[in-house]
Amino acid sequence: MSVIEAPTATVSLDGPPVVPPGPERHPVRTAVMYVLITVIALGVLVPFVWMVSSSLKNNNEVFTVPTQWVPREFQWHNYVDIWSRIPMTTYLRNSLFLSLTITFLQVLTGSFAAYGFSKVRWRGRDALFVAYIATIAVPWQAYMVPQYVMLQKAGLVNTFWSLILLQAFGAFGVFLLRQYYLTIPDELCEAARIDGLSEYGIYRRIILPLSKPALASLALLTFVATWNDYMGPFIYLTSNDLWTVQLGLKSFVGLFDGDYAMIMTGSVISVVPILVIFLLGQKYFIRGIATSGLKG
Amino acid sequence: MAITAAPPTAPTAPSSARTTGKQSRRNTLIGISFILPNFLGFALLTLVPVVAAFGLAFMEWDSYNPAEWVGLDNFQKMFGSDTFWIALRNTLYYGLGHVPLTLLCSLGLALVLNRKLRGVRFFRTAAFFPYVTSMVAVAVVWNMLFNPTMGPINQLLTTLGVSSPPGWTSSSDWAMPAVIITSVWRDMGYYMILFLAGLQTIPVEYYEAARVDGANAWQRFWHITLPTLRPTTFLVLILLTVGSFKVFDLIVVMTDGGPGRATLVLSQLIYREGIAQGDFGYASAISLVLFVIVLLVTVLQFRLGERKDR
Repeated sequence: MSVIEAPTATVSLDGPPVVPPGPERHPVRTAVMYVLITVIALGVLVPFVWMVSSSLKNNNEVFTVPTQWVPREFQWHNYVDIWSRIPMTTYLRNSLFLSLTITFLQVLTGSFAAYGFSKVRWRGRDALFVAYIATIAVPWQAYMVPQYVMLQKAGLVNTFWSLILLQAFGAFGVFLLRQYYLTIPDELCEAARIDGLSEYGIYRRIILPLSKPALASLALLTFVATWNDYMGPFIYLTSNDLWTVQLGLKSFVGLFDGDYAMIMTGSVISVVPILVIFLLGQKYFIRGIATSGLKG
Repeated sequence: MAITAAPPTAPTAPSSARTTGKQSRRNTLIGISFILPNFLGFALLTLVPVVAAFGLAFMEWDSYNPAEWVGLDNFQKMFGSDTFWIALRNTLYYGLGHVPLTLLCSLGLALVLNRKLRGVRFFRTAAFFPYVTSMVAVAVVWNMLFNPTMGPINQLLTTLGVSSPPGWTSSSDWAMPAVIITSVWRDMGYYMILFLAGLQTIPVEYYEAARVDGANAWQRFWHITLPTLRPTTFLVLILLTVGSFKVFDLIVVMTDGGPGRATLVLSQLIYREGIAQGDFGYASAISLVLFVIVLLVTVLQFRLGERKDR
């Protein structure tokens, strides 16, 4: 399985592009290139433009021939009205609570376990790690039914506990952090041991501070995945006051499917927090993906 | 598995065999104490269900009746059910569209965006952003774009001279292509990152040498870029294939398997039978089939990958 490792961890969205330097970099070629990537970027971004522009229209202006890309009159009140149409505050609060709790637990237990899998030597360690990794390869759909039965018998269906238990102890986080810890030289821990630091002390005082970038990567990936998750909440949360933004948005579409503008307003509100987090933490986000290549 | 061999234990202090034994027991306890918090959750909610799934597939069990061993009955029922075959066919159809198209688009994006251009950073961010957008928002927006009468996509097609543009999600022939297009749009940025990482490992000297030898752009791509990217392409191919068998969110929100059963996929069938209907045994049998298919495809791809390596 060593193939499942990205060739390098140095990529970033603003990393130095490697371009074969050569005689043919003349202005016409560069211009053509710009036109090409602008067309591509427009194609990629059009759905977002549609989303934002429709969210600022009246319902009857969303579908027009020809399509109106800029609203004739900006209906800012959509962004006020939606809070009274659906319990948006509750949905956002639930999503935030789940994302923060799951991210915190995943990073905490994941980094702890990753230390045990990389810096302490003990019998059976590598065999257990293989078991961890093997489950990443098993599709979740293959064991979601027994999981559901167990949580149902435990009376945890339709509580946040079910989702927290399901998503906070993932093997993926352990894998990602272990890969990073392996790059921290063992001599560092060895020196600390000689100085009389316990293993827990080494974890807290040396490894944790050194692995901040990796922790940030894992935290961002987990937060975004939990915020965006539909399947988990869809299966486990049935009462309206526990719903996340994703469930709330989906049910809104089902209830008022002609209310195009308001649906787009809700979509924009559900996407904005992720946009902000992504733009702020882009570097860590991309690094996490490039080092693991093993998400999803 | 890329487990780095444990370096030989450096004798930090002269120690007798007995203290080493004691030391190793202590180490084991410490090691386990680090793993335990994560392991408890992981074992209970992943390891146990994975094992249980195998057993459940051979049982008849629902919320009302006690579990009963029924051997291969579930599989017999499954292979005789046309819904199962439709879901299997749809899943393969989705994969056959999603995997090659996403591969091509993400490779294309990576090639175009792997150069020194002003603003390239913005373009990479733009290409990646759909991947962090939630499936619900993505599905809702594309459903509107695909609106058969008033949507911008069909308006564009009409302008381009298509007299009767497809009905997309409201037509059983075009619902799956609509889902595939949406999924390619969402996922290509993610795989672009992996390709960019691969492209940045190619030494510039290769290209310089090829240019000295008079190779044109196409030849350089074909003889240097593609072969050097092989490990990345292989990784992307596996991730894409496994991902395409797991598709759920997008389909549930965009078409809910419809119209009729036109976009019903395996993981959705597992949900319907096992969780909505409560037929745990039968759903587990379908899960087992899904798992075996994913496993076979992965092993097959590894084999092919190895053969090409020689």
